[in-house]
Amino acid sequence: MKNQSLIDYTLHLADNALIIGHRNSEWCGHGPILEQDIAISNIALDLIGQARNLYQYAAELKGDHATEDSLAYLRDGWDFKNLLITELPNGDWAQTILRQFFFSTYQYFLYQQLQHSKDERLAAIAAKALKEVTYHLRWSSEWVIRLGDGTDESKQRMEKAVEELYAFTGEMFLPTDYEKELATNGISVGPESLKEKWTDKVRSVFEEATLASPFKENNSAWMQSGGKEGKHTEHLGFVLAEMQFLQRAYPGAEW
Amino acid sequence: MEINLEKHFQDTVDAEIKIEPKDWMPEKYRQTLLRQISQHAHSEIVGMLPEANWITRAPSLRRKAILLAKVQDEAGHGLYLYSSAETLGISREEMYDQLHTGKAKYSSIFNYPTITWADMGAIGWLVDGAAIMNQVPLCRASYGPYARAMVRICKEESFHQRQGFELLLTLSKGNEAQKRMCQDAINRWWWPSIMMFGPPDDESPNTLQSVKWKIKRFTNDELRQKFVDVSAEQVKLLGMVLPDKNLVWNEARGHYDFGAIDWNEFWNVVKGNGPCNKQRLETRKKAWEDGAWVREAAMAYAEKKKEKNVKAA
Repeated sequence: MKNQSLIDYTLHLADNALIIGHRNSEWCGHGPILEQDIAISNIALDLIGQARNLYQYAAELKGDHATEDSLAYLRDGWDFKNLLITELPNGDWAQTILRQFFFSTYQYFLYQQLQHSKDERLAAIAAKALKEVTYHLRWSSEWVIRLGDGTDESKQRMEKAVEELYAFTGEMFLPTDYEKELATNGISVGPESLKEKWTDKVRSVFEEATLASPFKENNSAWMQSGGKEGKHTEHLGFVLAEMQFLQRAYPGAEW
Repeated sequence: MEINLEKHFQDTVDAEIKIEPKDWMPEKYRQTLLRQISQHAHSEIVGMLPEANWITRAPSLRRKAILLAKVQDEAGHGLYLYSSAETLGISREEMYDQLHTGKAKYSSIFNYPTITWADMGAIGWLVDGAAIMNQVPLCRASYGPYARAMVRICKEESFHQRQGFELLLTLSKGNEAQKRMCQDAINRWWWPSIMMFGPPDDESPNTLQSVKWKIKRFTNDELRQKFVDVSAEQVKLLGMVLPDKNLVWNEARGHYDFGAIDWNEFWNVVKGNGPCNKQRLETRKKAWEDGAWVREAAMAYAEKKKEKNVKAA
């Protein structure tokens, strides 16, 4: 019997990686410094690579002639399970950096545990990806610090980015039904268990960056959610329209 | 004294010994190299744009990864080349400034638009193919840092060319729309590609000096002929045709004859009248200007850190 929760969870992980990878790839050729253009494209490549490994696994679990490409190119928005933060437009370099930092911190602690998953495939994919994510986290942390503690302008831009993005971080730690079910079998990571580590890391990097802590007392800040269950922002539709164009215009073609 | 230096320099070049940054070199040699290397570096950076145009629309995850890696390689090539030009006494900022003000040129081929997915294949096969033809001899250029940069670049370029050809091959075996896309891209990229070798030899006054200095090893027309000969055979594997009615094998010459090149178009694109000249330059300028605050912040932070370290010491 098919394990729908495992398929959903694998797709959730894959969609996260693909959509943020897609967003980062929009920087290619337009970066502020040639070396950083290469770095952000490299991160995009890593993430698209992770997405491919995960989609290939999801396709095997799903059967019915599913492939990595049918999963990426032929599902509509409501089937995508990525976190909302991954689909937000790039904004300026500060916003892209902060989004990557929030996401990489989350992915780092997630994969650190997922590499011990009882599901061997997920464990192997996570272990391999963890090496890449370790670099993404270091790179994005360094940039948060540099921009936070750089000039007045860069600090203001970082503060604005925090204002834009913080409300999209809560969703990372809200477990869906598919995560809850798999967590009891030791397959998935209960995302609520990552919150403390994530918060500590963000707090320490923000401190070094001389940025005000985004954390409110009693966790009272309102958080956006829904992406993990297919309820998205207006932005995802445009990402998909662009990404899926050729597959949709010429159904069944080999590329 | 000057004459002896010049003779020693030419003897070194003739003996196929590399000229290194600290060696004496004629001012004209330095300028020629600077112009050529920076132009090449700019071509890599501007050349990222027509291909980056399709990264978000690549039709499969595999193609997306290949294309992104390719465009990223081009950024890397730009980096090697800017570094190699810097050994001749110019900064990267100065070179950017020359690009942004129109003082420095980049390869005109990148002023053509990428309209369909097949253009990713045609650029790989034809544009990178022409570039390789030009660049392989540069791996033996007399200036050491340039020659060494070219060795690395050529390895990656030939990989890109194979990927481009394979992309077109897939389209050529596909449905009617894909075949049409394939032929259409070849039609649009063929003539600009053979123009990449530059004006004909009798209108290329600098060639002779560059050959003597062993910066160039072959003339524009020699390289162009070689490229036409190779491409005329390869296109058969695609089951497509090159858009030149006068393309015919000449037994006596042992080469393909080909039709007249529209040099009027070439010079117009060089002068800024190509379909994308304005757009490409504006895009580069915008990336640079939008990035100004990022570079300032990085500098300011590095300064602060240095001060802290000094105090701590």
